[in-house]
Amino acid sequence: MGVTGKLGNLGVVTTTLEAAINWGRTKSMWPMLFGLACCAIEMMSTQASVYDLSRFGMELMRASPRQSDLMIVAGRVTRKMAPVLRQLYDQMPDPKYVISMGDCASCGGIFNNYAIVQGVDEVVPVDVYVAGCPPRPEQLIHGIMTLHEKVKTQRIADWA
Amino acid sequence: MSERPLLQKSGHSANLTEWEGTVQELQGLVSPRALSGETMLLNMGPQHPSTHGVLRLLLELDGETVVSCVPDIGYLHTGIEKNMESKTYEQAITMTDRMDYLNPMGNNLVYCLAIEKLAELDVPERAQIVRVLLAELTRINSHLVWLGTHCLDLGAMSVFLYAMREREMILDIFEMVSGQRMMSTYFRPGGLWRDVPDEFIPAVKAFIDYFPAKVEEYETLLVNNPLWIDRTQGIGVITPEDAIAYGCTGPTLRGSGVNWDIRKAMPYMGYETYQFDVPLGEHGDVYDRFYIRMQEFKESVRIIRQAVERLEKTKGPFRSQNRKYVPPPRSELGRSMEAVIHHFKLWTEGFSLPEGEVYVSIESPRGELSCYLSSDGGTRPHRVHFRTPSFVHTMGAIPKMSEGGMIADLVGVIGSVDIVLGDCDR
Repeated sequence: MGVTGKLGNLGVVTTTLEAAINWGRTKSMWPMLFGLACCAIEMMSTQASVYDLSRFGMELMRASPRQSDLMIVAGRVTRKMAPVLRQLYDQMPDPKYVISMGDCASCGGIFNNYAIVQGVDEVVPVDVYVAGCPPRPEQLIHGIMTLHEKVKTQRIADWA
Repeated sequence: MSERPLLQKSGHSANLTEWEGTVQELQGLVSPRALSGETMLLNMGPQHPSTHGVLRLLLELDGETVVSCVPDIGYLHTGIEKNMESKTYEQAITMTDRMDYLNPMGNNLVYCLAIEKLAELDVPERAQIVRVLLAELTRINSHLVWLGTHCLDLGAMSVFLYAMREREMILDIFEMVSGQRMMSTYFRPGGLWRDVPDEFIPAVKAFIDYFPAKVEEYETLLVNNPLWIDRTQGIGVITPEDAIAYGCTGPTLRGSGVNWDIRKAMPYMGYETYQFDVPLGEHGDVYDRFYIRMQEFKESVRIIRQAVERLEKTKGPFRSQNRKYVPPPRSELGRSMEAVIHHFKLWTEGFSLPEGEVYVSIESPRGELSCYLSSDGGTRPHRVHFRTPSFVHTMGAIPKMSEGGMIADLVGVIGSVDIVLGDCDR
């Protein structure tokens, strides 16, 4: 990113289109208001006063999948819930990202039985896995930052 | 489960036709008017911001009025009770935390009480005091999340931010004793996992000195707030007779004026020796249930204050000395062959309980939480069942309270009952 401050007081920033688009996507990524189990409580903590997710431009949790960019799968996904989850994912507009929050969503966690899907990546493609049972808010924030790093490396050529 | 492949890697959406019922299947659940199209059927959930998890309600609406409400649960069914049968008694405690995830210590407590009752295992006094103290902190913790989300549902955002701020202090205390913020697994059969650290009592004292002023603050915001009163008074009314008939317990029952608290009626862990009152409502509406929980904050602080005083005076073991159930401390392992044998037995196959079955109840923040434990004499539970308040309230109280009300008040009713879907579906 080079700066050539020659024109007037405002100056001009030169950058690539890719960098500008990716920057925009990371700074106002709206997560979907969608909690499943225990991790949802920690996701609420992340949003609330002490950890304050709005520092990353992400305080606006949308209840509708049509208005969200990011799905945080917070909790264990049951066989009954899996089709619902997939439908919600399909309803989200592109570009869309998924964070698998916690052990249950990532790999089934301590529940290896008839009821729990052993990892939400069997249902939807996952970008970032966050370990923990439940993860601390700091861990979720780290997962979100990791996703931001990933988004910043996206190439327009790969859209299609 | 059907043969249909549930999981698809990418591309197409899952086929949803198989899990969606037809209107004809609803005969008997909704009124005949719905089948003729006179009233409207509306699906609420499982992804809905105000259902406190993954509750699905099928609503029959006549305009804005709820004619009937059919709950559909099981979206969070985790198979915890079945999974516990394949774990040793001690391993299974980790499962109980994840049932009612706002009341982890309470879940540990009821399960440990069931084991202790069946094994006739003693619990030292120090452990009993710490258990009471932490159970009451858990109650405050759970009520704080309830208060925040209930207010959020009814449009009061700031209370949520305040409540979560206070909650962090409690979570710090939990982390201090157990190493985990939420899933503590701190109570073990015969006592506690570890003794509480030295910083524990100062931290609890700092909290109980700080917290009552905050409760006053919430009350200033809500108790006489005309908007809050409009949204809550006279909404979701349930009579005392109905509340008993529908199996309500906890603040949902006491909101209707029925004096029933397990801590008073069937005391456990020495609750009979603590001074506290049971707040009662009289109207049985959303406001009374809200007001009772606000009073319970203060009563819990009162209990904690007494428990801290006792804890300072009470020294001694934090766990039973019965080596058939409780592993010996590490310092004994170098000196005693018997201790090594006990240690080996307990950590390879676990302890076995005598044949029989027990049923114990405690007062969870939501109501009566009970554990039925059946043993066949082995090292793993033969059957564990939990009677959870959220299940009873979801299936009985919510439809009863919401019928005849407006659809906009439904979120208030769901919030006032304080359901946790992990507790409901298990």
